Amino acid sequence: MTDLSLIRNFSIIAHIDHGKSTLADRLIQVTGGLTDREMQEQVLDNMDIERERGITIKAQTVRLKYEAKDGKTYQLNLMDTPGHVDFAYEVSRSLAACEGALLVVDAAQGVEAQTLANVYQSIEHDHEIVPVINKIDLPAAEPDKVREEIEEVIGLDASEAVLTSAKSGIGIEDVLEAVVKRIPPPAGERDAPLKASLVDSWYDPYLGVVILVRVLSGVLKKGQSIKFMQGGTEHLVDRVGCMRPKIEQLPELGPGEIGFITAQIKEVEQARVGDTITTVKNGAEKALPGYREPQPVVFCGLFPVDAADFEKLRESIGKLRLNDASFSFEMESSAALGFGFRAGFLGLLHLEIIQERLTREYDLDLITTAPSVVYRIQLAKSKTDDARTIELHNPADYPDPTRIDMIEEPWIKATIYTPDEYLGPILKLCQDRRGVQVNLTYVGGRAQVTYELPLNEVVFDFYDRLKSISRGYASFDYEQIGLREGDLVKMNILVNNEPVDALSMIVHRGVAEARGRHMCERLKDLIPRHLFKIPIQAAIGGKVIARETISAMRKDVTAKCYGGDITRKKKLLEKQKKGKAKMREYGNVSIPQEAFIAALRMGEE
Amino acid sequence: MRDMAYEAERAGGEPLSSIFFGGGTPSLMPPALVSALLSEAERLWGFAEQIEIALEANPTSVETAKLANLAVAGINRVSLGIQSLDDEALLFLGREHDAEQGLRALDVAQSHFPRVSFDLIYARPGQTLDAWRDELVRALSFGTQHLSLYQLTIEPGTRFATEQRRGRLVPLDDDACADMFALTDELTRAADLPAYEISNHAAPGEESRHNLTYWRYQDYVGIGPGAHGRRGGCATVRHKKPENWLTSVREYGHGTAEQRALPRHEQATEALLMGLRLREGVDLEALSRRFQLAESTMIDRANFERYRAHGFVERDGTRIMATRRAMPILNSLLQELVADDLVAA
Repeated sequence: MTDLSLIRNFSIIAHIDHGKSTLADRLIQVTGGLTDREMQEQVLDNMDIERERGITIKAQTVRLKYEAKDGKTYQLNLMDTPGHVDFAYEVSRSLAACEGALLVVDAAQGVEAQTLANVYQSIEHDHEIVPVINKIDLPAAEPDKVREEIEEVIGLDASEAVLTSAKSGIGIEDVLEAVVKRIPPPAGERDAPLKASLVDSWYDPYLGVVILVRVLSGVLKKGQSIKFMQGGTEHLVDRVGCMRPKIEQLPELGPGEIGFITAQIKEVEQARVGDTITTVKNGAEKALPGYREPQPVVFCGLFPVDAADFEKLRESIGKLRLNDASFSFEMESSAALGFGFRAGFLGLLHLEIIQERLTREYDLDLITTAPSVVYRIQLAKSKTDDARTIELHNPADYPDPTRIDMIEEPWIKATIYTPDEYLGPILKLCQDRRGVQVNLTYVGGRAQVTYELPLNEVVFDFYDRLKSISRGYASFDYEQIGLREGDLVKMNILVNNEPVDALSMIVHRGVAEARGRHMCERLKDLIPRHLFKIPIQAAIGGKVIARETISAMRKDVTAKCYGGDITRKKKLLEKQKKGKAKMREYGNVSIPQEAFIAALRMGEE
Repeated sequence: MRDMAYEAERAGGEPLSSIFFGGGTPSLMPPALVSALLSEAERLWGFAEQIEIALEANPTSVETAKLANLAVAGINRVSLGIQSLDDEALLFLGREHDAEQGLRALDVAQSHFPRVSFDLIYARPGQTLDAWRDELVRALSFGTQHLSLYQLTIEPGTRFATEQRRGRLVPLDDDACADMFALTDELTRAADLPAYEISNHAAPGEESRHNLTYWRYQDYVGIGPGAHGRRGGCATVRHKKPENWLTSVREYGHGTAEQRALPRHEQATEALLMGLRLREGVDLEALSRRFQLAESTMIDRANFERYRAHGFVERDGTRIMATRRAMPILNSLLQELVADDLVAA
């Protein structure tokens, strides 16, 4: 076992692209975790999507052996945490497993909103935070200005910030020294009952479910019978080890140490993040605080483009779920889209990632319906039913409006950080989305604005719009602040007088008309001309609030067709028929798949 | 002639009802050769009474000069590629003749052949409805009993397609094309040359018998490089390159590059695609008998009723037909009418 005074557990906090993964790579390389040949850029980001998008989805950890200038050899546990708000809970569990953090800030870009949220979380955990100003060798680097920002915006002493360029390998030793000197060692009793926090879990095809743990007290050993205190299940530990980043088996994990175990668990659902692990015999009495069931906040329908792929979709979703217990799904059937699933996600990025993994890793063509949030509806008593409260995940399940006493919708507090030249359009965007301004402060040439916004105004394209009006400079972060009553109605979209279930949505009455008009205009461009006129309407109940008409097709015939043209004509017909088979029929109108998602993007407003 | 003999051996024994010399510039053929081909065809198949023997000709002065002798050789119908009565349009279309030569050719043809047709291409970029009205009214004033009036179609891979891609050519929009189509319909009907097919107009009895064979999906033999045929449920294609075709005829006694037996559902699809181009439409009962397929296998009944309500299709006894109104949108209509299973089978 390692002396507690020689252990340091730390995470890296950084905004996307500020060099977190590159810095992690360098630390691994310098401490000899991998040979140059084994070094693959951004070792800790395992999944293709993580590497491509430069984001971390699952927490990864690596144990480094570092011989410091004081002559002692330290065990450094570096935890790479997810940087996105959708995974805020995972982040908080990762942070709880550490005593300190490196705050990496890009020397040219400065502090960003997402960084702020994680830093504040880290501060809440009483972490020692070491500022690292990265990319100092960029021509646009302004380390002094960034130092000032860190002090003014975050309120951290940045006088001893470490200056690095992870890419060029500058200042890496200084980072390691700062970790050893400034981050405190962990505490923990070896002789106390076992208490280990479940930091993360994932499915490995060879090892089964791998569990990342931080031992707080006691010892975790191979062959031990352990118990998940919240989940209630018992398991036999068959492997104990750490990642360097290659897997290394160890006889045990002592207090203060971070490592992994396997215990013949088949589904990650049984190993929930935040659970407390103890021994079956002589175990701890009280679980660690902070356990939370994952709560999906955004829902959407996933349907196979080809109805024949439904079984494949079911199987693929099931497999993904093995590795990600935080999304939920249940079967759904739509009049037009056929059989599919209603899935719940932690947030929009989470939705996109799952959708992308299904498409990419499982080779599925999907139609995704409009993302929706969870509404709470109070129903009045009816002849056949008592008064009760329901949760609405799907606009299709919207109840009889006459029975609705009250609808509540989730709100968020959004923090937006932007160069002040884009502030005007950003304020307008927030205002248009029913935002309530809470705070506005300036630091240097940048503004930080806080808004309270209904989540349903954010789920479609808020982030895209924000990026586009700020040319990518504004950053955005949010936290949920609970439910509020709203004047919400269900808006139906009717194509050729038939409601299209996949396009219906819950909107605020005040913006319904504008939203409806926009949807109708978009659909007019997205649905090809047919042989007859097609009315497109947005309606609330029986009342039409917006209307467009697609005029009938007037000419498409082949002028010449003689003996030599038959084969070609027949091929054309076959092609037309195939194209049509890929569309969805509503009210005798064929709607191309892309229309379902494209119609929801609000575009220029 | 060997290619012809090969086909005649495989034919069903009926006499020929029409012969058509087309593709390229058959009017440059020496009249003696035309005469020899016709005698051989008559020997091989026999001619039906009132056989139509037609030839395609361009109105250049060289070709016009040969028309008299071609009539002597046995041609009894000529179709002239006049294309436009406007010099600028002819230049745009890349033709070698001008409007005056076109009219002269028409004059000569009408004096030597009992039956004459000419074609015009309209809905050209920049053409106005009034300009087309003027041109068509003139075209109808020559007493010609058959007109082929085609809307300009830009085919991929052509010079026009390239120019369109580069933005130097902007085709008329569909609405303008549809208006011109309606005007054409109105004027030709008033002149007693109603449309009997999408682009073909004739005085009663003056329809091209040869082309009706295609549209009615009767058998036709295709001889010569690149020619397509339908014979007893088989699709035949001759070698496209003349030298390959010649070699094949020399070595194997025929120029066939491909011969494929068409399954019944494909034959039915083809019959519907072609037949519904005609004003007379198709006789569903006859097709059903011919291909041994139920009517409901061929035509999507629900869609038929739906588009009947829209006024796009009609039924007359066992025949169904597209209305004149539906002609400009026939491609889309066919997609709806022809049953999915027939095409997917």
